[in-house]
Amino acid sequence: MNLLLIPLIPVLAAILPPLTIRSGRNVCAVVTGLATALALALVLSHAPAVYRGEIVQTRLDWVPQLGLTFSFFIDGLGLFFAAMILGIGLLVIVYARFYLSRNDPMGRFYAYLLLFQGAMVGVVLSDNILLLLVFWELTSLTSFLLIGYWRHLPEARQGARMALVVTGGGGLLLIAGMLMLGHIAGSYELSVILQRGDLIKASPLYLPMLLLVLGGAFTKSAQFPFHFWLPHAMAAPTPVSAYLHSATMVKAGVFLLARLWPVLAGTDAWFLIVAPVGLVTMLVAAWIAIFKDDLKGLLAFSTVSHLGLMTMLLGFGTPMAAVAAVFHILNHATFKAALFMGAGIVDHETGTRAIRRLGGLLTLMPITATLVLIASASMAGLPLLNGFLSKEMMLEQALGISYAGLPWLFPVMVGLATLFSVAYSARLAVGVFFGPQRHDYPAHPHDPPAGMWLPVAVLVVLVVAIGLLPALIAGPVVARTAMAVIGGPLPSYYLAIWHGVTPALLVSMGALAAGAAFFLAHGGIDRIRLGFPRPDAKRLFDRVISSLVACASWMTARSHTGSLQLYFAIILGTVLVLAATGFWSASHEPGTRDILPMSLPALVAWFALVAASLAAALRHHDRVVTLVLTSIVGLVVSLVFLQFSAPDLALTQISVDVVTTVLLLLALNLVPKTTPREGGPLLHWRDAGIAAFAGLGVAGLVYAVMTRGFETISSYHLEQSKPGGGGTNVVNVILVDFRGFDTFGELIVLGIAALAIYALLDHPFGRAAARRLAGIRFSEEARDAHPMMLVVATRALLPLALTVGVYIFLRGHNMPGGGFIAGLVVAMALIMQYMASGYVWANARARIDSQAMIGAGIVIAGLTGIGSFVFGRPFLTSSFGYFSLPLVGTFELATAMAFDLGVFLAVVGAVLLSLSQISRVQQRAERSPATDSPMDIALDADNTAAKEA
Amino acid sequence: MELLVASATGVMTAVGIYLLLRARTFPVIFGLTFLSYAVNVFLFAMGRLTINQPPVVSAAATGYSDPLPQALVLTAIVISFGMTALIVVLALRGFLETGSDAVGLASSGDDDAPPPRAGGDKARLPS
Repeated sequence: MNLLLIPLIPVLAAILPPLTIRSGRNVCAVVTGLATALALALVLSHAPAVYRGEIVQTRLDWVPQLGLTFSFFIDGLGLFFAAMILGIGLLVIVYARFYLSRNDPMGRFYAYLLLFQGAMVGVVLSDNILLLLVFWELTSLTSFLLIGYWRHLPEARQGARMALVVTGGGGLLLIAGMLMLGHIAGSYELSVILQRGDLIKASPLYLPMLLLVLGGAFTKSAQFPFHFWLPHAMAAPTPVSAYLHSATMVKAGVFLLARLWPVLAGTDAWFLIVAPVGLVTMLVAAWIAIFKDDLKGLLAFSTVSHLGLMTMLLGFGTPMAAVAAVFHILNHATFKAALFMGAGIVDHETGTRAIRRLGGLLTLMPITATLVLIASASMAGLPLLNGFLSKEMMLEQALGISYAGLPWLFPVMVGLATLFSVAYSARLAVGVFFGPQRHDYPAHPHDPPAGMWLPVAVLVVLVVAIGLLPALIAGPVVARTAMAVIGGPLPSYYLAIWHGVTPALLVSMGALAAGAAFFLAHGGIDRIRLGFPRPDAKRLFDRVISSLVACASWMTARSHTGSLQLYFAIILGTVLVLAATGFWSASHEPGTRDILPMSLPALVAWFALVAASLAAALRHHDRVVTLVLTSIVGLVVSLVFLQFSAPDLALTQISVDVVTTVLLLLALNLVPKTTPREGGPLLHWRDAGIAAFAGLGVAGLVYAVMTRGFETISSYHLEQSKPGGGGTNVVNVILVDFRGFDTFGELIVLGIAALAIYALLDHPFGRAAARRLAGIRFSEEARDAHPMMLVVATRALLPLALTVGVYIFLRGHNMPGGGFIAGLVVAMALIMQYMASGYVWANARARIDSQAMIGAGIVIAGLTGIGSFVFGRPFLTSSFGYFSLPLVGTFELATAMAFDLGVFLAVVGAVLLSLSQISRVQQRAERSPATDSPMDIALDADNTAAKEA
Repeated sequence: MELLVASATGVMTAVGIYLLLRARTFPVIFGLTFLSYAVNVFLFAMGRLTINQPPVVSAAATGYSDPLPQALVLTAIVISFGMTALIVVLALRGFLETGSDAVGLASSGDDDAPPPRAGGDKARLPS
């Protein structure tokens, strides 16, 4: 549990700075510092156990089905990194308090910083690699916020975006790599994966997995050729650069290489890829750093160079090189964070970071100068400082490396890189602090308040202490950490200042001398260098991004035209291509099921259907004719259902067809009755081609399925229908009992559709719509809105139709029928009244509101379902019993009947509401004053008399 | 018999898709109706074709057709009615409000509607 708190404390505490900033900047900084200190104390509380050789673990299930758990573990490596992240974090918090000006929103800054800190600690302590990925992405996101902190600066925004694109893209690679790693190892827990190195290295997926993981690590650690984002991230405030870009985030990639070292390193592929990438990065970045005029730019490239050094060491794959890498991670974090903060102080006090405009600050800022000079001496690798020690170890390793049969390649290149690093360190130290004092500094330089230089001093003390007493101060840490990296016994080595006159020492001394000479000549070399064309990474990056954006815009503009036709054509075309691919890659044996013999009536019906369908396609410009043809097709479809033993479907289909036809007729009265001819023949043929192709596919598919035998799961329903559901009509029992919940949902959908229709038509019409409605002219034949024969017939039919409805409803459980069909029949009977006698007449006589009917139906169905809870049964369990009454005889009562009643009411309500709303709109269009009681006149003597009078 | 049902389903699908690809609301609605027919028959045919064996339990029955696809299709028929009704009313209201029954944004043939206001506000902003 304890371990879980370590990343959680900074993340949760991130809410505090924005709240406490009202109480002042000191309170805000203190609260942030306390949260970090608390997390650091928790980390260090595990140190005794870790140094006894134990591994502390915490585990909490998150999504165990995916192998995702909240599991953390702390060993030497985790402890080392977590302590470094939180320790330097603490110093940076103090430093930032004095660095940020009053205009900078400090609450936001500390909130981002804490979020980042939590994510970073999460990365180094995660046991589960999926969890590690989550934290990894969080570091990319939070560093985006931190780099773009000064959001008014365009460089800050661009730098932040570039960092996010590169590290986020690498994160995607890493996700794929980690998933493969977990797949190969059979576990997503690092502690398990680390035990299975041999299995992983032997896997055929090793190489692709390695490349993906390295993609993630190299982008994060700014390795060549992804190194270009780090210098642009320097647009961030200096505390961020000191923290993210020296000590923590960029080290995440190195951390990952170290963490996975036992399972990935030691193969040829690892050595051949990782070592040269590190070497090239180290060399190229050191070269660029020499010529950077911006202090932070110089430091940024030097950081890239040192990250390359660490990567190269890990790439060697030998235990001793891993020890050297660990030692250098520690040393680099101390001197580079100190240098960044020092550069920030210089910038803060003089108002510029350009080396050309600085110089002579030694006497003006003595404290800062001392600190920065010591740190840069360490960076150059001067003896008695920690940078010297790890550089010696690195040289010793590199001198023995033979790459691609070239024993001189690594030694020469590493020697050159060492030379360059001496040169840029000298440039930094001499260019800023030595030389004559100037009088044109943008500000008046003097040493900053103690709060700003104290954090630097703490780090510099470490630099010197480790440099003088390496075995005492850093020995145990390096040993324990390296042990965790190697995952086995340590090689024999000892950390000391003096190893005798070794080849490494000679190279080191030679590089110092040559580096100094190079520094003196760098002005001339720079002029030569400027004569050559150099690739500008940012411009290349911007060009790539803008061409991607242009490509996306082009795609969007071409495919999102607002034309439904185009969308349908694209979707259908895609489906057809996929289906055709599937079809061609399958076997095409004929089915074995017996085929039913053809009959003459069936042939006639088929002919009617095909003719009506084709005619509808050809004559679709005439909407009324299309409607008639569609109804013919619907009729044949219901005959198909009837023929092939589905009486319920036939009944439903035919009643729905009647309702739909009436609905479309009502609507057609209000819209144009013809469709204009549009589009060229090419478009029609394209559509016809797509349609024919799709029709052919569906026909073939249906035929293929029907001619093959199958296993049905319906035998259960057939067996249980009577004993379990109390009805013999299995389809109805399925609807109201077995799959009652589906039906319940469907009722709600139907009700919502009807209410949506009501809302669409009840909403007052705009002026244009009202004018259009008023402009509709009805044809001569439609002038008689209420023909007498129709009125009389519908009224006479009403009781009859209602009786039929009740009959169909009652027999539904045992014979074809049921709530759906009964509802449609009754709704039809009522709709006929609206059609024949007009909306006003019918509506005045409607006793029950159709909206209430929908509601009542759903409530009744729902209550029936809930009723079974009372008896301790699941939702919608039905029960039934047989009762006898004198005269009537024995009859059955089932709760499913109540459910069916709900279905019935909802269907009647929904159909009635939809259709009556359309007739109401039509009533408005007719404009003629609506007769109160068409055809009632003759029966009403008084009314007649009044009219005659 | 299977051949008849299969080819009829294919024809209904083809006509449905052809109409679906038209540019005006009503052909599209008819296209949807055709497609609903085709899909319903398709689903129904997944239970295979049987004659004179309705899924109504009785002692005299020699066998039953598959009731499950039938139940699914029954609800599908009713739902497709709800869907059709909603689209018809959308098309109706859309026509009354805009004077056009085109389904795409590309060709809206309204001549008496007020001119589109897009960009009107922007034009007043100082650039």
